[in-house]
Amino acid sequence: MMRRHSALLLYIAICGLIVFLVKAEWINAYIQIVIMYIGINIMLTTSLNLVNGYMGEFSCGHAGFMAVGAYVTSILNVWFFTSGNLFGDALLRPSLSIMLFPVTLLIGGLCAALVGLLVAIPSFKTRGDYLAIITLAVNYIIKSAIENIQVIGGARGFMGMRKVVNAMVETVSLPWVMIWILVFTGLTVVVLHRFVSSTFGKGVVAVRDDEIAAEIMSVNTQRMKLIAFMLSSGLAGIAGGLFAHVLGYINPGSFTILKSTEIMVMVYLGGMGSLGGSVMSAVLFTVLMEFLRPLQVLKWVLIPLLLIVLMMFRPEGIMGHRELTDVFPRLRRMFPSREA
Amino acid sequence: MDIQSFFQNLINAMQWGSFYALIALGYTLVYGVLLLINFAHGDIFMVGAYIGFFVATFLLGSYAFHLPMVLPPHLVFIVTLLITMILTAGVGVTLERVAYRPLRRKGAGRLYIVITALMAGLILENGNLALLGASRRAFPDLIEKAVYTIGGVTFTNIKIIVILAALGVFVLLEAIVRKTKIGMAMRAISYDRVAVPLMGIPIDTVIVFTFILGSSMAALAGVLFVSAYPVLEPYMGAMIGWKAFIAAVVGGIGEIRGAFVGGFVLGFIEIFVAAVFPSTFRDLIAFGILLLFLSLKPTGIFGVARAQKI
Repeated sequence: MMRRHSALLLYIAICGLIVFLVKAEWINAYIQIVIMYIGINIMLTTSLNLVNGYMGEFSCGHAGFMAVGAYVTSILNVWFFTSGNLFGDALLRPSLSIMLFPVTLLIGGLCAALVGLLVAIPSFKTRGDYLAIITLAVNYIIKSAIENIQVIGGARGFMGMRKVVNAMVETVSLPWVMIWILVFTGLTVVVLHRFVSSTFGKGVVAVRDDEIAAEIMSVNTQRMKLIAFMLSSGLAGIAGGLFAHVLGYINPGSFTILKSTEIMVMVYLGGMGSLGGSVMSAVLFTVLMEFLRPLQVLKWVLIPLLLIVLMMFRPEGIMGHRELTDVFPRLRRMFPSREA
Repeated sequence: MDIQSFFQNLINAMQWGSFYALIALGYTLVYGVLLLINFAHGDIFMVGAYIGFFVATFLLGSYAFHLPMVLPPHLVFIVTLLITMILTAGVGVTLERVAYRPLRRKGAGRLYIVITALMAGLILENGNLALLGASRRAFPDLIEKAVYTIGGVTFTNIKIIVILAALGVFVLLEAIVRKTKIGMAMRAISYDRVAVPLMGIPIDTVIVFTFILGSSMAALAGVLFVSAYPVLEPYMGAMIGWKAFIAAVVGGIGEIRGAFVGGFVLGFIEIFVAAVFPSTFRDLIAFGILLLFLSLKPTGIFGVARAQKI
């Protein structure tokens, strides 16, 4: 019993330690932000891996769903919990924001999942390159739509989330954004792990390997695609909501193709169809980006170069369709195995 | 919209359609032969524009080392076009040799080559930014701008040159692909890539030729583009490249006719949307139409759905 949950307990212990260190102000604001970015990147990478890795599609518009989540969550929070000239007085007491923050995050995720339908429904008929275009177009459409809604700032961006965060901290003095990022990162990985281990997950992998054969073997491929796309975009939406509250300011320019490309780089670096690889590469990539910061533009020459070299010598990415438990069988004692 | 502004928009749409078509061609040619989406192609267009800039300024004698004689601007324009097309074709072929061919030889999946292409595009963009800096450059005026007005519709000679160039390229490429031996080899590869090498067709030569064609057309588009809109910046190829790619897909990727029709369709949609709605809606409506279109006819205008054997 203890062993089954040891990984979870370990994660909770690490999170507790991080929160304690932040609270005690032993780690500075910069490192805190890096940790938060790592969490968000883990969420984005693992969720994209569900579509690009497990289902074998080529979705290149993940940042669009992130944008939907970011905007919906931010607007709800600013509308409910802060007084400003945009929405008038706060609808609810600002102190309630502690309880309702995860709710608004989930609503943001839900909206992103619904927008995911824009990709999921065409995916019934199209595959491969044409679907790639559709994801690309959806990313542009979302960005362009936000730019055209002047009420929420249009291209100028949307702010006010800082006040919400402050309201939470004033009520109970804890690093709330950090806590929620840690919680949702853990949740994302657990949900995705459970999902790909379930019969649904096997169905998704079957769609990747051979769609027609899967269909013949009574896999409901449309349902698989629908669920995979909606889950993936929903999780990206939650990550977006958290991202908005880390920065305190969002604008459509943060959710371009470049951002989507960045997430894709992390997925392929870590290896397709490997959650462990995605988590690892999200950590590695975020830290690497911070170390390479002094190089400025050259950073964006080095990272693609790194990926090209990787594609030459190890095209399946660092982990490539394997989990940590496959590489280190002993770990199986800690994680409930996929076959269980 | 009255008839006058309709024709005005028509000319603008034709010009933008020509740019999209010329770039979309590179996507479609490479896709037809290799089944590879060469995502670096938009940046090849950018590289072409930059090479054109340096060739033109060199020919005009802006550097310490210059030609012994002074060339008239018209000649400079033609020489610039030719040299740029050759050099950019070199860039395209280098990319193929360095990045794509090793992967192909190893038999890596298509997806990995696509990712490599995407990354190569980023390297070109940001390498340029790191090398030449973020400052924008102005392309010198090589063609003396002449403005004509016919029945209230005004247009410049550059617009006419762009449209004529696109049409000329279309005729030329159709001829190459339909009438020549190497064109036949290109069609053969896209028809059956397993049998073609067995028939003694040098597959690598055909692929290199495809890249030469695609890249030189992108270079042509690049030089024409900066002649019409004389600003160069490292990210100029990204947006127009993605859009040209969309044009290629709308037309049915792998089809030369498709690239042209798709390019013009996209040009028309963009310009007329901007004419009727506020211009910020341009991308929204253009991509919305694309999404709708692809949901209804996933293979594009000229694409033919291939039956899959089980």
